[in-house]
Amino acid sequence: MRRALLLLGAAALALFPLVGGAFYLQLLAKIMLMAVFAMSLDLLMGFTGLVSLGHAAFFGIGAYALYLLSPEYDAADFWVSAPIAISAATLAALAIGVLVLRTSGVYFIMATLAFAQMFFYFATGSKLLGGSDGVSINVRPNPAILGWTPFDLGNRVQFYYVALAAMLATYLLLRMVLRSLFGHAIQGIRASEQRMRALGYPVFRYKLAAFAIAGALAGLAGYLSAAQYGSVNPEFFGWQMSGTVLMMVILGGIGTLYGPILGAFGLTLLQELLTELTKHWLLPMGVFIILAVLLLPQGIGGLGLAWRSPRPEPVDD
Amino acid sequence: MTEPVLRTETLSKRFGGLAAVSDVALDLRHGEVHAVIGPNGAGKTTLINLLSGDLAPSSGSILFEGREIAGLAADRIARLGIARSFQRTTIFRDFSAFENCRLAAQARLPTSMRFVRPALSQRAVSDAARRVLALVGLEAAAERRASALSHGEQRQLEIAMTLATKPKVLLLDEPLAGMGAEESRHIVALIAALAERHAVLLVEHDMDAVFSIARRLTVMVNGRVLESGTPEAIRESAAVQEAYLGGAEPQP
Amino acid sequence: MSDSVLFFLIQVLNGVQQGLLLFLIASGLTLIFGIMGIINLAHGSFYMMGAYLAFSLTELTGNLWLAILLGIPLSVAVGLALEFLLFARLYRRDHLYQVLLTYGLILIMEEARSLLLGDDVHGVAKPAFLEFSIPLTETLSYPVYRLFMSAICLLVALLLALAIRRTRLGMTIRAGAANREMVSVLGIDIGLVYRVVFALGVALAAFAGMIAAPVASVYPGMGSQILIVSFVVVVIGGIGSIKGAFLGSLLIGLADTFGQVYAPQIAGMTVYMLMAAVLLWRPAGLFGRT
Repeated sequence: MRRALLLLGAAALALFPLVGGAFYLQLLAKIMLMAVFAMSLDLLMGFTGLVSLGHAAFFGIGAYALYLLSPEYDAADFWVSAPIAISAATLAALAIGVLVLRTSGVYFIMATLAFAQMFFYFATGSKLLGGSDGVSINVRPNPAILGWTPFDLGNRVQFYYVALAAMLATYLLLRMVLRSLFGHAIQGIRASEQRMRALGYPVFRYKLAAFAIAGALAGLAGYLSAAQYGSVNPEFFGWQMSGTVLMMVILGGIGTLYGPILGAFGLTLLQELLTELTKHWLLPMGVFIILAVLLLPQGIGGLGLAWRSPRPEPVDD
Repeated sequence: MTEPVLRTETLSKRFGGLAAVSDVALDLRHGEVHAVIGPNGAGKTTLINLLSGDLAPSSGSILFEGREIAGLAADRIARLGIARSFQRTTIFRDFSAFENCRLAAQARLPTSMRFVRPALSQRAVSDAARRVLALVGLEAAAERRASALSHGEQRQLEIAMTLATKPKVLLLDEPLAGMGAEESRHIVALIAALAERHAVLLVEHDMDAVFSIARRLTVMVNGRVLESGTPEAIRESAAVQEAYLGGAEPQP
Repeated sequence: MSDSVLFFLIQVLNGVQQGLLLFLIASGLTLIFGIMGIINLAHGSFYMMGAYLAFSLTELTGNLWLAILLGIPLSVAVGLALEFLLFARLYRRDHLYQVLLTYGLILIMEEARSLLLGDDVHGVAKPAFLEFSIPLTETLSYPVYRLFMSAICLLVALLLALAIRRTRLGMTIRAGAANREMVSVLGIDIGLVYRVVFALGVALAAFAGMIAAPVASVYPGMGSQILIVSFVVVVIGGIGSIKGAFLGSLLIGLADTFGQVYAPQIAGMTVYMLMAAVLLWRPAGLFGRT
């Protein structure tokens, strides 16, 4: 039943450009990239039990990597710059993970936030990275191979499909990983780290690997987001970015893969709606979040599912 | 006489000013149940935590098959072949009994850093899980959620999980706690059977069970070993009777 | 005394002052977490609230002291209201939900401030008699107000330490931290203890904002900025440890001040590098319970 709904959703998204206008194409593309970002965080939170408040660190790295790899008035090679950006995010995740994964619980939450802020302040203070105003990417990355250009990231419809492809690919990738030996191991860690240790699992390694995978995917989302906007600024590292994606995961339904997707759609559309109504839209947004936490402990997608217990069996079938 | 599989020498653990375990010398042989008994607070669980690596000793040594393992991390020690059960049931409550054992059996693979093939396709692991479930008598409950099992069944599951890792040594911390008579008998028979192929260290309060299956007993009081020996010797020891058994002889 | 040594000493004074101020905020955060088990992301917003209250009440009354006198009970009132409405529901909840709920609270408090008091940056005048500086050499002098701030923060720190160690309430607080059920079984109203602790935390943060306002100025992002630094203090010092918060605050205050002055390129990063170093060496913090 759920699979049918998901296929329907994917089909609807695939057909949307036939009816949607430019504004909505751009908006939905943004949402789908946020969905990638949110799914990566859910790997950490919902499946490994690591609540990170600094996931934007890797999002920002992916974004700034595109800027650094783009020549000033020319396009970066997509097939070169994207893997480099993702690798940079992954390396950063490994480096930060080695430090923060020594902590747990509240310390972990605080330490991850602090490290993301470190990047924020670095970017704000750095001339190379354009300081608080950020930087522009004048020409979008070019995916040309041997003269053939499979898609044009400057074209709104084509970028939409790239974003859709990224979202679907991330979903399928994570689904595969969660069903693998590794996936079962991290879910065991989430359920009881003590038990896993007693069984002989080198828990730290698995947490670090999950952290790195999540960082890589966040980097991808950041890279594509930078490509979409054509600009990057320190807010990509900001705590609001980390907070927003955290909300998407929790409100959408932590511990499932479709939950973050729902959360990305729901929260962004809500934000659009509220922005129409008032300049101070963060106020009703804050009220909404508080009410949601108090009234809907399992989030939208989690209705009927205890969020504490993702089954290590197939995630959504 | 075979060499002991597990041996401790002057093992001690201090928490600030409190000596939870002092100067404990203990050995464990393959094929036997060695029970550790003593009043609450005697340091029995601390002892198990030291042997399993959950706590690092303040001093002394622990030798497993002749190798020093004191201070090694818990997961390292578990991989060497020392499995433990916990006093408070520590199972994966929201997973099925089968998945609990499957995860335990998976731990024996050289590595779980495999991201592509589904875990369930690893037949050997799944088969091992079903085997240990059958061994403890839980095969009928395999698909039930662990939290839905009765207390006794959960304790059985915990033992099954320790078995799934194919250990050489079993450290069982009060496996009979909270069990009814019927369930206890079943578990006691299971432990006795397991002892044939493993070395079992059993911490228990149930004296009937202890005296029926233990080949040797160690009595601990206030973190120290009061006396160690065969069940008959312990039963007749005046010191033990005074300190622990309350002066009356327990029924065999 | 040579000028450069004097300059160095001035930076030490600045670092200590910054650290002591930070301590007021971090101690509230660590108390609320250590005793109530609640991670409060909105703690920085109380600091901001204090600063903005100092600004608006000083405008109103013309006097910073009066503003502080009025501001503290007002802040405590807001804190108690929030505790009653929101935080009381967080006690048994997972950290995740506390994070989310207090994050929503930050948004609300920021926007409320924006609505009520605008988004401008403001200055607050120092009280007249503290306006001057102590001349040290021909070129260097030290503002008395900063010395005053350090003194006040130190006094509060001492009172806090005394209160926790010597009074019955303090013992109850420490007992409550160790064992909630036991404390309530003894007939002590744990809910009341929590309310007091929370109100204390809010008051400390708001008070810090009020006395810092003349020096740090009053601006929209100040809450989140101080929150994150407070987090670093708590991570370094260890959760629930006042001693740790004190030491951590001083370390951070000094590191940040010296970083700004002697290595401005990495100025903002010294704090995080310090945290990284502590995490490598002592993941539970300097005085944290593992």
